[in-house]
Amino acid sequence: MTAKTLYDKLWEAHLVREEPDGTCLLYIDRHLVHEVTSPQAFEGLRLAGRKLWRPDANMATPDHNVPTTDRSAGIADPVSRIQVETLDHNCEEFGITEFRMDDPRQGIVHVVGPEQGAILPGMTVVCGDSHTSTHGAFGALAHGVGTSEVEHVLATQCLIQKKSKAMQVVIDGPVGPGVTAKDIVLAIIGEIGTAGGTGYAIEFIGQSIMDLSMEGRMTVCNMAIEAGARAGFVAVDEKTIEYVKGRPYAPKGKLWDQAVAAWCELRSDECAVFDKVVTIRGADIQPQVTWGVSPEMVVPVGARVPDPADAPDVVKAEGMRRALEYMGLKAGTPITEIYPDRVFIGSCTNSRIEDLRAAAAVAKGRKVADNIKQALVVPGSGLVKHQAEEEGLDRIFIEAGFEWREPGCSMCLAMNADRLAPGERCVSTSNRNFEGRQGPGGRTHLVSPAMAVAAAVTGHFVDVRELD
Amino acid sequence: MEKFEKFTGVVCPLDRANVDTDAIIPKQFLKSIKRTGFGPNLFDEWRYLDHGEPGMDNSQRPLTPDFVLNDPRYQGASILLARENFGCGSSREHAPWALLDHGFKVIITPGFADIFFNNCFKNGILPIVLDAETVDELFREAGGEQVQRITVDVENQRLITDYGREIAFEVDPFRKHCLLEGLDDIGLTLQHLNDIRTYEQRRMQEAPWLFGIH
Ligand code: SF4
Repeated sequence: MTAKTLYDKLWEAHLVREEPDGTCLLYIDRHLVHEVTSPQAFEGLRLAGRKLWRPDANMATPDHNVPTTDRSAGIADPVSRIQVETLDHNCEEFGITEFRMDDPRQGIVHVVGPEQGAILPGMTVVCGDSHTSTHGAFGALAHGVGTSEVEHVLATQCLIQKKSKAMQVVIDGPVGPGVTAKDIVLAIIGEIGTAGGTGYAIEFIGQSIMDLSMEGRMTVCNMAIEAGARAGFVAVDEKTIEYVKGRPYAPKGKLWDQAVAAWCELRSDECAVFDKVVTIRGADIQPQVTWGVSPEMVVPVGARVPDPADAPDVVKAEGMRRALEYMGLKAGTPITEIYPDRVFIGSCTNSRIEDLRAAAAVAKGRKVADNIKQALVVPGSGLVKHQAEEEGLDRIFIEAGFEWREPGCSMCLAMNADRLAPGERCVSTSNRNFEGRQGPGGRTHLVSPAMAVAAAVTGHFVDVRELD
Repeated sequence: MEKFEKFTGVVCPLDRANVDTDAIIPKQFLKSIKRTGFGPNLFDEWRYLDHGEPGMDNSQRPLTPDFVLNDPRYQGASILLARENFGCGSSREHAPWALLDHGFKVIITPGFADIFFNNCFKNGILPIVLDAETVDELFREAGGEQVQRITVDVENQRLITDYGREIAFEVDPFRKHCLLEGLDDIGLTLQHLNDIRTYEQRRMQEAPWLFGIH
């Protein structure tokens, strides 16, 4: 028998049929639904008189458009409100489990799914959202799809797909203290580039990855898409199983034992061959800060803003020049001399309980600096919020001068009321620093939660390891 | 999708090249949660004198008098005639949705943009490529005093004009099959319904925890 990668195993287990040209029908175990990319899919079903193939395979929650302030007044923006109401209506009509805006379990779909135990090892998971790659952390094959594909999954429980190539990214040995999952994944993207994973499914492996908690692995897989890969995943180990155990949608009793036995197989075989292997030494990774308008425009916090004159080619140089102009930065400026206006801690990358604990640990006993106009903490879900409040993290944040908000996507993409004004500079724990992502003309620097708080309390970027 | 049957329809001559998807349906209408209802905003910027926004009562808006869609002769037209590179620009599926919602089932040009061409078939619109000369002739005929009607026969891959002329056209055999049978991607997959069921049966044995809520 030939040795198989984890990707081979996940793919083969879900293959319904394969055409001679390699086009496959792949079975989808879990479909996550939110309000932005689903309305036309449901309408398509209705127009064609089609039924949902398997209602129990779907789980929904509104997240992109929900307000993060007091919700009793509802949603002010009519377009946002209609999208959320349409989701409620569609879920009711088609019999889909939904955690509505006023449900304590509501939150960012990629936080809610795993939290509910709705994401299990070995599953195929899709959602009309590119950051669906998050769920690869469970040894699952997870990726984002478009609205036509959302409809296709609703109606057939399958997706038409061609297999990608397999890449292995090894983070060898341990990372140093104070270096987090976010720093690891930013360093990977800095190394391979935002197109480095195009056409590949990435397996993350190595001691630094396996040392991470499930939250940390989700952060890494979340950003696989920013490296160009539609899917990124991590093999199953005891941490995976421990995380899933006892969650509402996880199997119980005999079924649990049977499942665990199967999940233990979810790793690449010893001699499996990958189409590409990238190795980075964990010890070489420093806390990262992006300086430009693409996640690959990233440097260690101790570095300076790079100079387009040092770019390997003219195209890169031109891209860097434009990015510097947009970001209002000068080449050669030390990263630690960049002064942000706002701080955002949240998003499906970094809004889980562990992220909030790491952020609170730095915030404790400190105050947000005077030059920071606003510092937001937006938990990933109602349950994360509740847990954080149980642990007293909310009080630490509030005392330090942060705003403590209701769960949702918030300033990650500024579809609700939380956004930057043109020219404002934001330290953000989210995943995209594209132009205008956090509001038209807004400037985004991506960092880990601890680094975001460090910048908030000092008023500029600083190596969090140097704060005492 | 509905089966594509032989029909006779009025030709609307839109004498423009490089009609892009933003012209077909401007971006402010993409916030909609629907895939229907885009018809009144098809070619919005060309069709109305004012600036269109979602939620406006389109029947009250001032029409561009000389825009072809507003010409009484072409009301109810189901065949759109245009020049080369039709449908270029973004990949938005709202473009074919808007054309279909307005009532166009066939678009005839000397050439289409690639993604748009594919999106047409996905939504049950037949894009037909004819040589520039034939398209020229059709423009002459459609723009005359008499409204031009064409019969579209997909089965036999023929257009029959009011003038009794028969024009053959190409269509990929697989696409043709899908149109005639009314199959979109979902319809196609559902042809393999038994494969999906068989797979599910097997998985329910192998991995029962993946099914139902426990
Ligand atoms: S938090 Fe941001 S990246 Fe994640 S699902 Fe919401 S908008 Fe998308």
